[in-house]
Amino acid sequence: MSTQYQDIIKNGMWANNPALVQLLGLCPLLAVSNSVVNALGLGLATILVLVGSNLTVSLLRNQVIDAIRLPAFVLIIAAFTTCAELLMQAYAYTLYQTLGIFIPLIVTNCIILGRAEGFASKNVPVASLLDGLMMGAGFTSVLLLLGIVRELLGTGTLFANMELLLPFAGGWEIQLWQAESPFLLAILPPGAFLVMGFLIAMKNIIDRKMAEPETSGETAVTGSKRVRVTGQV
Amino acid sequence: MSMLNSSPHGHQGHSTGQVMQQVMLACVPGLTALTWFFGWGTVINIIWLALLALGIEALILHLRGRPIAFYLRDYSALVTAVLLGLALPPTAPWWLGLIGITFAIGIAKHLYGGMGYNPFNPAMVGYVVLLISFPLQMTRWVLPVGATDALPGFGESLVMFFGAEPFAGIDAYTGATALDSFRQQRGGMLVSEFWSVTDVMGRWSGLGWEWVNTGFLLGGLYLLYKKIIGWRIPVGMLAAIAILSAVFYDGGSSASGGSPLMHLFGGATMLGAFFIATDPVTASTTPKGRLIYGAMIGIIVYVIRIWGNYADGVAFAVLLGNFSAPLIDAYTQPRTYGHRK
Repeated sequence: MSTQYQDIIKNGMWANNPALVQLLGLCPLLAVSNSVVNALGLGLATILVLVGSNLTVSLLRNQVIDAIRLPAFVLIIAAFTTCAELLMQAYAYTLYQTLGIFIPLIVTNCIILGRAEGFASKNVPVASLLDGLMMGAGFTSVLLLLGIVRELLGTGTLFANMELLLPFAGGWEIQLWQAESPFLLAILPPGAFLVMGFLIAMKNIIDRKMAEPETSGETAVTGSKRVRVTGQV
Repeated sequence: MSMLNSSPHGHQGHSTGQVMQQVMLACVPGLTALTWFFGWGTVINIIWLALLALGIEALILHLRGRPIAFYLRDYSALVTAVLLGLALPPTAPWWLGLIGITFAIGIAKHLYGGMGYNPFNPAMVGYVVLLISFPLQMTRWVLPVGATDALPGFGESLVMFFGAEPFAGIDAYTGATALDSFRQQRGGMLVSEFWSVTDVMGRWSGLGWEWVNTGFLLGGLYLLYKKIIGWRIPVGMLAAIAILSAVFYDGGSSASGGSPLMHLFGGATMLGAFFIATDPVTASTTPKGRLIYGAMIGIIVYVIRIWGNYADGVAFAVLLGNFSAPLIDAYTQPRTYGHRK
């Protein structure tokens, strides 16, 4: 595997993670991560759209003239979002109803347009497909982590109602503690912001720990002070 | 002292620690009334929260590499613990206080930079976290003496504190607070009619609550006299509540929002006006701004009490006031001497 592909994987999953570093797509990320099943449902739909749009945009990148590229990208993304929506309606209708507006809203998710504009329109299809997959997986893993923490704190269960997404997963629910009085804050919106803040802090701590042996004291933390760094373009 | 001090020159030199000690001292009349009417629960809460607050403060100061003894001696963590303890219901189990004070000191105070940097009142953040997370435990107040045959004794309060949830005897002592029953159980009665059928109302406000608020008013006046707090925030807040409740009193009709006295001496009004809204770190800092800030809190308290979902709204109102304080400050900067506006 060439270093370019390794970089794509590393960027999507960690170094340029769309949720933890770019802080993109926060609205669906915070809104639907109150349980594992919701998080996984939205994550899979986002991966599907991201992979599809990245691949298509990359294939069409030399045909679409510059002036109308953004409307063209949005049309492509909208087409894939509609596909994802129809698929969920067909195979996971209850979950589709739970996620509600956030499935059609994938079309406005900045991660997807960002990767189309920032990566897929300048790279070959295979790299773009991998980038879409890795960015989607990075987003989904943060979504899942949030879902696990919030469901655990807020209801005391894990993997409740997984059969809504995976028909074979009916018995997956684990009751970790009997929630006489669940910690409602974790399921409410402030809980999402709090857990997200702690996740970002943890990533920064791990980054600093890993950077320590290389820099060995002399050069302090350099690099961009900006919060949003939208990838190596 | 060098000759080149900046103004003000004639000050008493209160350290933060001395100010905080005075605040805690001024809580004593209110705490006494709370204990008299509602039992030992509040005292147990405060002791427990104070221990936790000191422990958590020391732990976080250690993690942040700050001098522990220096910051513990400013007593700010203790004041947070006392205010949160006064606000919690006397039936609160131990874990409720643990979660509340952890949020107050750990997140609302130290994650924002510690003493002097927190944009939100730590005690109120802790209270609101608990209120929206555990509505059942947070609204389970003891019936005041006079509305019930017996208060839970010290031993029973301890059982409730350590209590295996749910404590079987707890329901014998608990009931809706005065403000709560005025909202929920009036059902179209005239105010005077409701006063005569219920036993949770006292002379001019909720039974017990009127004296608790009088206690906090006395403590607040002491703080004013000692110049620990200014008059503008409490006056702004109390005036707003008084005016709004007078406007919507409606002669005590079935649609009345309750008398001004009921609102001024009900719930957490006086505790909020003198002890919580006046927190120097999170309040507005300009003279005109403090009046606006206080009035804004008073308006929100009344709106939440009458048209909101909660029986009392002081904690939410203070947090919303904290939100707006920087904006209020920006628009109310006083004219500096020798300059036009």
